[in-house]
Amino acid sequence: MANACAIIGIGQTAYKTKRLDVSMAGLLREAARRALDDAGLTWKDIDAVVVGKAPDLFEGVMMPEPYLADAIGATGKPLMRVHTAGSVGGSTAIVAASLIQGGVHERVLTIAWEKQSESNATWALTVNSPFTTSLVVGAGGYFAPHIRAYMRRSGAPDHIGALVAVKDRENALKNPYAHLKIPGISREMVEMTPMLWEPIRYLETCPSSDGACAMVLASEDAAKKAPNRPAWVHGTAMRSEPMMFAGRDTVSPQGGKDCAADVYRQAGITDPRRELDCAEVYVPFSWYEPMWLENLGFCGEGEGWKLTESGATALDGDIPWNASGGVLSSNPIGASGMIRFAEAALQVRGQAGEHQVDGARRALGHAYGGGAQFFSMWIVGSEKP
Amino acid sequence: MPSEPNHILEFPGGYTRSVGPVIGRFFSDLRDGRLTGVRTAAGKVLVPPAEYDPETSEDTTGEYVEVGPAGTVTTWSWVPRPLKEHPLDRPFAWALIRPDGADTALLHALDVGVFEEGAKPPKFLKTGMRVRPKWRDERTGGIGDIECFLPEVTMINAPTRLEYRMKGGRTLQRFLEGVSEGRILGDRCPVCEQVIVPMKGICPRDGVPTTEEVELPHTGTVTTFAVNNIPDPRAPEVPFVSAYVLLDGAGLTMLTLVAGIPADQVRMGMRVKAAWRPREEWGRTMNNIKWFEPLDEPDLPFEAIKDYT
Repeated sequence: MANACAIIGIGQTAYKTKRLDVSMAGLLREAARRALDDAGLTWKDIDAVVVGKAPDLFEGVMMPEPYLADAIGATGKPLMRVHTAGSVGGSTAIVAASLIQGGVHERVLTIAWEKQSESNATWALTVNSPFTTSLVVGAGGYFAPHIRAYMRRSGAPDHIGALVAVKDRENALKNPYAHLKIPGISREMVEMTPMLWEPIRYLETCPSSDGACAMVLASEDAAKKAPNRPAWVHGTAMRSEPMMFAGRDTVSPQGGKDCAADVYRQAGITDPRRELDCAEVYVPFSWYEPMWLENLGFCGEGEGWKLTESGATALDGDIPWNASGGVLSSNPIGASGMIRFAEAALQVRGQAGEHQVDGARRALGHAYGGGAQFFSMWIVGSEKP
Repeated sequence: MPSEPNHILEFPGGYTRSVGPVIGRFFSDLRDGRLTGVRTAAGKVLVPPAEYDPETSEDTTGEYVEVGPAGTVTTWSWVPRPLKEHPLDRPFAWALIRPDGADTALLHALDVGVFEEGAKPPKFLKTGMRVRPKWRDERTGGIGDIECFLPEVTMINAPTRLEYRMKGGRTLQRFLEGVSEGRILGDRCPVCEQVIVPMKGICPRDGVPTTEEVELPHTGTVTTFAVNNIPDPRAPEVPFVSAYVLLDGAGLTMLTLVAGIPADQVRMGMRVKAAWRPREEWGRTMNNIKWFEPLDEPDLPFEAIKDYT
């Protein structure tokens, strides 16, 4: 059985369209220093650093980890870079956790980031090799057909996407780090915005953000010395699958189902809606809330939109999803997965401030990436497992 | 345009001016490439330095203070059409600049880059902007030793270019050879028996080499699609439809353009066929197929395509 792993420090930067006031290294240091402060540690207390970001073309910095090594306190220490497209923030945290669970290190700093303003993610996602023609225009162009297929398969009414767009942005108003703050956001406002990639409207998509998120993960012994209450890892899982194969379910990928089943088994969860208190789930397009509700087993197939419509996933619902405002409100792509993981931990530490879910004791952090083909998830709890 | 003068007075060689110890110190330091102020009895630093405190008329202390060279713009005025007497020949700002460590600001020209004559001031030109002097190489001891001020460096450009020599591999070459002859080739997985198109040489699901080449018809069914309202150079117009098309007999869909029908009339289950470019334009590329267009056949029911979405 693996050693216990605690989250003893969490640091986030404010998420903004452009952080012109800091370099890339400065952005990472801002998040890392806040995580170290939360953990009551300094750079020298860290045994190893695990860093993650989305594909190199996003900023055009090839292999950013050697260039950033000294800026993130990795001099003379093991440094590892993780790379699993949009799910990378989650898988980076999982790799860091495994170094604690395997007994290799006592305190590991893990950081993920993106400075989207320095490049163009849509361009980076749309480059093709000379042998293929692709008509995918950024992530929206890729996911829109699969959302349409979900709507048709489930019979969901058209307005469900707008409901999620409103709910997550209302939550963002309670999160000091959130990027999009739209006071008075309403279903009508969302429905008035143009279709970018029909059926996806402008306000049903995530923003482009600069930002970083960091965590300090620790062994049980190290956690005892931490000044603030830790969160504990109850399970971690990753899965991947090819983007195209015969028989692939692109609406509800098998990789996501298998990943969820694995992490629930580790945490002893059989009914996620009842046994989890909240979830931070990677929802970059609003329709992915009902889609992932089904994929993650919070309800039966075709029932996700009913859960959303009932208000169950709202901050005052029985299973709040994305109390932080989620990816729909802040999206520094490489960091977006780690923010989900960190926000889940904040909830069970009781540190989520205005967007705290009352009495949260167990929470799910989730990320996905590529053509919905990389999945990473963890379950964290207020009690040591 | 102002008319040319018809009477000019110019004192031969120019008047002389004794600058005195305080302004003299300022000019001498300028010639050395330094900005200097003087402290008043009240502790303020005046730049340019003066012999007296303008607020109290008392002598200044004689304590010189090196300031700047960086400073902050306290206010500015845009010059969209410079005159020939102006220090710059393109639009610029007159700015009051308070050097770091000084309590007063000095007036100088601020060069914010290349703009067409008559241009509006750029948005980044703001009170509070951080600037630095651009020193002349040959300095003589005067305020003109500073050619102008420039914004501090906040952004650099990092041009990046990667060149690859790519090879498609045997299977892809075979597929493109087919396309160059007007054929769409797939291959069948010996385990799941599905036809994979474009052919890959392996089955991504079962992880085994494929063995049987299969030629597919040019007809198929739209399983799902997006109506794209964001322009793209690869599409003829906006809105355009990118669709997953299940070729008849294939085990998986291909992403293609669907045209020849208004975007709002494309349907899931719609029957389509490949529209090939004229044969003389064909090469070893999928671009040989311009797009898929409607076939005059009834739509397939959703049940028939559901498992391919």
